[in-house]
Amino acid sequence: MDHLVDILLIAVGAAFINNFVLHYFVGICPFIGVSRRVDQAFGMGLAVTFVVTIASFLAWVFTWFVTRPGAPVTAWVWHLFSPGSDAVLDLSILNYIIYIFVIASSVQFVEMYLKKFFPALFKAFGVYLPLITTNCAILFACLEIMKHVSGVRNPAEMWGLDQALTLAVFGGLGFALAITTMAGIREELDLCDIPEPLKGPGITLLTAGIMAMAFMGFTGVDRGLAAFLR
Amino acid sequence: MAGSGPTALERFINGIIPENPVYRQLLGMCPTLAVTNGMKPALTMAGATAFVLICANVITSLIRNALKPHLRILVFTLTIATFVTIADRFLQAFMPAMSKVLGPYVPLIIVNCIIIARCEVCASKQAVGTALADALGCAIGFALGLSSIATVREILGTGCWMGMRILPEGWDNWGIMVLPPGAFLTLGLLLGLAEWFGAARKKAGRS
Repeated sequence: MDHLVDILLIAVGAAFINNFVLHYFVGICPFIGVSRRVDQAFGMGLAVTFVVTIASFLAWVFTWFVTRPGAPVTAWVWHLFSPGSDAVLDLSILNYIIYIFVIASSVQFVEMYLKKFFPALFKAFGVYLPLITTNCAILFACLEIMKHVSGVRNPAEMWGLDQALTLAVFGGLGFALAITTMAGIREELDLCDIPEPLKGPGITLLTAGIMAMAFMGFTGVDRGLAAFLR
Repeated sequence: MAGSGPTALERFINGIIPENPVYRQLLGMCPTLAVTNGMKPALTMAGATAFVLICANVITSLIRNALKPHLRILVFTLTIATFVTIADRFLQAFMPAMSKVLGPYVPLIIVNCIIIARCEVCASKQAVGTALADALGCAIGFALGLSSIATVREILGTGCWMGMRILPEGWDNWGIMVLPPGAFLTLGLLLGLAEWFGAARKKAGRS
């Protein structure tokens, strides 16, 4: 039961309270660049959710089995070479390089897979997929997972695969929510009389600021929810 | 040596104001918004980014003849990731408090579009000297952009600048300025201001 509550709290936290865009400022580039039309923005949001889930899964697997202090695969390989040694290996210095490699290659594979099996979906995502490689939101999700797997000393507090995937899926959906809302507002803004210098990114950022204020209203919801459910 | 295009000096100056990464090109927005709630984190971030930008540009320029076109982005990101790891470990070792404040934004330098853009546009085509000048100019421009936003946010949000009191004691802190919404609002208004100045100068030049 406690585990389920934990997962629910991670989900609510990632989607609303600590929204990727409006609280952590990751994924700002597509948030400003691809939020002109609602359908495009929604496509981008779904593409990010899709990739972030796959990349987070791989990042968790690598962190858990290879790079965290005392990881099983690393320990096994070490024992092959120096049997009887009880040194605890910590490969977390390689984390960043592994993550960026995982992200770049998973974007590449997702692109190939979609092209072969879901050509319609590939056409819809097409333009955005390569851009996602440099989307900070993906790397940010991997880093959050790293913080909760290799940065934790107490094994009981380490995130399992379920928690990591919850963060990824709901973080991605939170991004989709933010970018789609923003696109809806911008479609309306097209009809408004905006001061010349603020046109384009200026007014988008101001709107995002007001949206961020609205999302600040979620602060503390997690504590209330936890008290209610436990 | 350089053949065509702007010279090293021109590239250096270009990065500072005419093609400022923050205000003109709108690149690297994540750190711009996230770490500018005070001058000190902003300057540390600018320093870390400058280190990575300069090293990555120089290395890319040195290996530019060996790069295969379809693998270049991967090579760029791996080079950048290596230097970011160095910068991150350095901060954790020598400035642990600051490293905590910056949190995930130091590793996020890897996906900072400024660095990849400079590698792609300049360093992979130019000699080392030009690439170095370009990186220096861009780094200074980025530092200027970050510190201008941080100045506004820190002074309005806490009444201090770099920890020194600027506004009188009776000043009511605008708490919102150091919170996430303040970042969006400040950058939006400053962008509008920069745009307005640019337009006004162009108009004055024409008449």
